[in-house]
Amino acid sequence: MKKIEAIIKPFMLEDLKEAMHAIGVQGMTASEVKGFGRQKGHTEVYRGAEYVVDFIPKVKVEIVVAAEMVDTVVNAIITSVKTGKIGDGKIFVLPVDSVCRIRTGETGRDAI
Amino acid sequence: MKKILLTILIVMGCLCSSLTLVLAEEGIGGPVPSGPTVSQVAPAPVPVPVADPAGTSTGGAADVVGVTAGAPTADELATMGQSEPLAAKLADVVGHNRIAINMVWVLVCGFLVMFMQAGFAMAEGGFTRAKNAGHTMAMNFMIYAIGILGYWVCGFAIQMGGVGGVATLGGAGVLNGEFVVNLFGKDFGLFGTKGFFLSGTYDVAVYAIFLFQMVFMDTTATIPTGSMAERWTFKSFVIYGFFITALVYPLYANWVWGGGWLSQLGNNFALGHGHVDFAGSSVVHMTGGFAALAGAIVLGPRLGKYKADGTPNAIPGHHIPMAIVGCFILAFGWFGFNAGSTLAGGDFRLAVVAVNTMIASAAGAFAAMAYMWMVYGKPDISMIANGFLAGLVAITAPCAFVDSGAAAFIGAIGGILLCLSVFFVERVLKVDDPVGAISVHGVNGAWGVLALGLFADGTYGDGLNGVKGTVKGLFYGDSGQFLAQVIGTVTNIVFVFVVMYVFFRVLDKIVPLRVSPEMELEGLDQSEVGVTAYPEFNLNKTHR
Repeated sequence: MKKIEAIIKPFMLEDLKEAMHAIGVQGMTASEVKGFGRQKGHTEVYRGAEYVVDFIPKVKVEIVVAAEMVDTVVNAIITSVKTGKIGDGKIFVLPVDSVCRIRTGETGRDAI
Repeated sequence: MKKILLTILIVMGCLCSSLTLVLAEEGIGGPVPSGPTVSQVAPAPVPVPVADPAGTSTGGAADVVGVTAGAPTADELATMGQSEPLAAKLADVVGHNRIAINMVWVLVCGFLVMFMQAGFAMAEGGFTRAKNAGHTMAMNFMIYAIGILGYWVCGFAIQMGGVGGVATLGGAGVLNGEFVVNLFGKDFGLFGTKGFFLSGTYDVAVYAIFLFQMVFMDTTATIPTGSMAERWTFKSFVIYGFFITALVYPLYANWVWGGGWLSQLGNNFALGHGHVDFAGSSVVHMTGGFAALAGAIVLGPRLGKYKADGTPNAIPGHHIPMAIVGCFILAFGWFGFNAGSTLAGGDFRLAVVAVNTMIASAAGAFAAMAYMWMVYGKPDISMIANGFLAGLVAITAPCAFVDSGAAAFIGAIGGILLCLSVFFVERVLKVDDPVGAISVHGVNGAWGVLALGLFADGTYGDGLNGVKGTVKGLFYGDSGQFLAQVIGTVTNIVFVFVVMYVFFRVLDKIVPLRVSPEMELEGLDQSEVGVTAYPEFNLNKTHR
């Protein structure tokens, strides 16, 4: 099992969700986060004075899937959220040791 | 030229004596002036006015005399009343109704102005940071309560205690004690002496005017809470609140609106109608703006406002939508502020006043938008909102004396002035004013009263301040009026700025104005008022 963490532009969340539905991913967790990468934030002007916004609002989506699904999911994410402009985000894939569904006590792949 | 110099000399001399009086009052420490001042009050007119607490004798036949072109004269009422007793009785009812309309108008407008406190709270709260929102709101809220008490204790008496009566509200004229000094054979009214704690003035007309004048005063008092936001200790704020509401504002207001010496520049020195300020560009807004400047200088900039090389950092406000709604509320209240200053629902000029008010605000907002768009590439809404208010502040003095074209011009200049002033204050003076209070109220207040001296078109103001004829500005042939406006403006800057600067410096020695750096970084909500405005999110709280 693998966990896929995708940091994306906030307004792309809906597209990503639909893409996941399309390939049969049944659940995900999304959270509002802030961060920066190589783009290093951007400058704004407020009342005539410039200021740097270092931490840009992003959405982090976490999806846990069976190992053989990873490539499909990653490709679907890229297709659905890519704009080609700076700040599109990143995808991390991590190993998952175990999963447990709290309601039923199921573990492993059945619990995903 | 000699006359001008002489006038300025007299003004300065008078100012000095009034300053010593202020200091003397502070020395006593009590709100009520000592005995000797009362003994110098002009003798009460005969018959002695009797207060009317129930309102049963306020408004009568006497109040229809000379109201319109066809209204009966006092003689006609006396002679014809004997042959036509029913007409005399009807005249009494008509007079009562006239005063009733005026009183309702004054009170409703006062209620509108009161709601401007909410506008200030939202505008200032929105333009400052989330970590200080509870503190900013607390100041804006408490200045209302402190203001009412300070004004009730002695502010009202100092301001209006010698005004005589307000003709449009009828009443017995129990506010008949003005402390006057006589210099060079001319009387200079300095402060009123009737109505401390509203005692001895248990009269419906006096109570109505108390409410109306109190909410105006509180507009002034809440202005410095903007320029001094995010770093001011609540303890010293409370002391400031009583000082400005009970003493500083009422003194200048007496000079302009309470029958004091600035209003008599016309009678005494033939300078137009004396210093004319219809709704308070100088009395209310300049006083607040220059107190805000003094306070912000003494307090110093917020941590992180300036880089080591002295260039300013932007510290964005945390809730722009709230600030914008606050500005709308202010504009709504401003109709009460300006149109209400006719003090008469029966004075139809209020339609002109209201339209001028809205046009100047629009011109101010548009000019600020155009300026920011052209110079900085984006129409910065926080500056547009400031420009909107700048137009309102600028038209506040001249709103009754100009037409819509002049109002648009005055408002537009106000919007540009606002932008220039914000950047001047921030970059040249290096004074940190989080919400632009100094530029909105101080600079545009001055522009407003001067604009009156330039653009007053002679269609209104007959008999104002006891001077025959209408109010005319420099462009309509009365340079004396402009000079009176200049004297009023200079007096305000010198008196308010100096007194408030000294006050803040002295207060800082006794009760420090500034919170500790740790508390400032953490946010003032917990350390100063014990309530965090937004306990449920923290990520952006200390953003700067």
